[in-house]
Amino acid sequence: MSHVETVHSLWTLAAAEAPKKIPGPHIEYVQLSPTLIVLGAALLGVLAEAFLPRGVRHRAQLGLAALGLAAAFAAVVALAAGGYASDKSHVAAMGAVAVDGPALFLQGTILLVALVAVFTFAERRLDPAADGRPVDSFAAQAAAVPGGDAEREAVAAGMVTTEVFPLVLFAVGGMLVFPAADDLLTLFVALEVFSLPLYILCGLARRQRLLSQESAVKYFLLGAFSSAFLLFGIALLYGYAGTVTYAGIADVVSGTTRVMDPALAGSTANDALLLVGVAMVLMGLLFKVGAVPFHMWTPDVYQGAPTPVTGFMAAATKVAAFGALLRLLYVVLPGMRWDWRPVMWGVAIVTMLVGAIVAVTQTDVKRLLAYSSIAHAGFILAGVIAATPDGVSSVLFYLAAYSFVTLGAFAVVTLVRDAGGEATHLSKWAGLGRRSPLVAAVFAVFLLAFAGIPLTSGFAGKFAVFKAAAQGGAAPLVIVGVLSSAIAAFFYIRVIVLMFFSEPKADGPTVAVPSPLTSSAIAIGVAVTLVLGLAPQYFLELAGQAGVFVR
Amino acid sequence: MNPVNYLYLAALLFTIGATGVLIRRNAIVIFMCVELMLNACNLAFVTFSRMHGNLDGQIIAFFTMVVAAAEVVVGLAIIVTIFRSRHSASVDDAGLLKL
Repeated sequence: MSHVETVHSLWTLAAAEAPKKIPGPHIEYVQLSPTLIVLGAALLGVLAEAFLPRGVRHRAQLGLAALGLAAAFAAVVALAAGGYASDKSHVAAMGAVAVDGPALFLQGTILLVALVAVFTFAERRLDPAADGRPVDSFAAQAAAVPGGDAEREAVAAGMVTTEVFPLVLFAVGGMLVFPAADDLLTLFVALEVFSLPLYILCGLARRQRLLSQESAVKYFLLGAFSSAFLLFGIALLYGYAGTVTYAGIADVVSGTTRVMDPALAGSTANDALLLVGVAMVLMGLLFKVGAVPFHMWTPDVYQGAPTPVTGFMAAATKVAAFGALLRLLYVVLPGMRWDWRPVMWGVAIVTMLVGAIVAVTQTDVKRLLAYSSIAHAGFILAGVIAATPDGVSSVLFYLAAYSFVTLGAFAVVTLVRDAGGEATHLSKWAGLGRRSPLVAAVFAVFLLAFAGIPLTSGFAGKFAVFKAAAQGGAAPLVIVGVLSSAIAAFFYIRVIVLMFFSEPKADGPTVAVPSPLTSSAIAIGVAVTLVLGLAPQYFLELAGQAGVFVR
Repeated sequence: MNPVNYLYLAALLFTIGATGVLIRRNAIVIFMCVELMLNACNLAFVTFSRMHGNLDGQIIAFFTMVVAAAEVVVGLAIIVTIFRSRHSASVDDAGLLKL
């Protein structure tokens, strides 16, 4: 009885007191506007999917996505012009999201890449029309069994998977947060927000559905596996530092933390938590980057996914993941530079060599580009390892240059077709230069940029990255990088020779005439490649100004 | 009871999950093992939260649950689609994409 009375008295006491005010979180909506605009457009896209008639949906979704991405890019430019990239940079949203130079630069890159990628998503002139209706690269109804009755009915009813546009926007929303995340929880949530739509997009190909579905399963299972590792690493780092904010962990790691409570003193006495935690978090990020011990998914997923999705994924995911990796290594872990640098050296060397050597044996264009993207991940890692301000800006520049080359190259792959859809086997590309010189020449430009030939953006990027690495004391990495560039150049040149100096086969593929959408995507790719190659100075300076992380 | 024991349990569950992902052949079972790994993470978060005396870890556990639920939605959809077109959820049968 007395027990009840105590509770009752506590209760009345609480009621008699003035209600305690809990302060609401302070969110800087304007500074987060790029992400909010993209996610808002994605939500509108979901509503459009529900309420608009089927006939106008494709056009409406394309307009909505393009408008949302363009508006978000304008917001990024406005923020950068407002000084948030330099002196006004700070951590917004109660310590969750950083608004600083690298974040804004990478967000701008991701938005432009996504805008161009959306054009290739919307292309409807490559495949012959089904039942008099134009079709795009995506399945009429993703849930239908390939070749079954349900699919035939879906095609006859003129169904189209216009959900891809909201899905891309959700993925872009996650990617915008990923390089800007300033605590480990935001990092994890952003990773999942951009990964989950990508898993679905991988399985939506119209042609070769089985390959596409298989790539989706592989990507999903391996991606979920790697994100579980990332999460356990986050748990261990939280256990070590008692906080998940980057600044807090950095303080504990470098030993400059102000208040040392007994629990923290106990957990920081044990370095195993820190080392294992960092290793697991890096594992999760290196998986998304596609660096070598964690690269096995890349070729399969790049080959099986619908080619527009592959282009988007190869370009934008890499930008976002390298941004997050940079911020983690430069903001959270500068205090243990001597622990992570040797490991990353090893990863970078193996990544460059394996990517370049295995690519030589490939016979499929999409797999070839996948292995080339692995090799490029290694080159970018060389810049990450530099651990200098030059390292940051060279990586930013390389990412911007590389993403447009990749996007353009995959857009060209969508054009070369035969009866079974895209003709991705290399033997079918023989003599393409004779049959359609323009497409072959454009592809050659992209390949030369991948190889890092002067006057293309690839050369400027590689030069910046290797220079930063050499100055950062990683000269052996530069030697390995140049060697593997030479190996990589061999197979890029081999494709060019195949296209221009061999006889076209009688049953070779045809080159589809694209609508202005894909044409402009490819044209933008070529333009960026040449501009960044011929006059890189302005953009190098831009990346240099953007190279300072906020703490 | 010493909270460190819960950390050992979390590590054990995580290892069981990771081993399961590597050795099981059914996509659904692999996926369940991934969920087990996520739950091990949750246990570690809550335990560390108790040890440090702040609530961050418990809040993160809620986020993890939501993310895991979203992952189930996407994952099961993908696995069911491939099951319907191949009548098999074995990852060994999915071998069209090879070097």
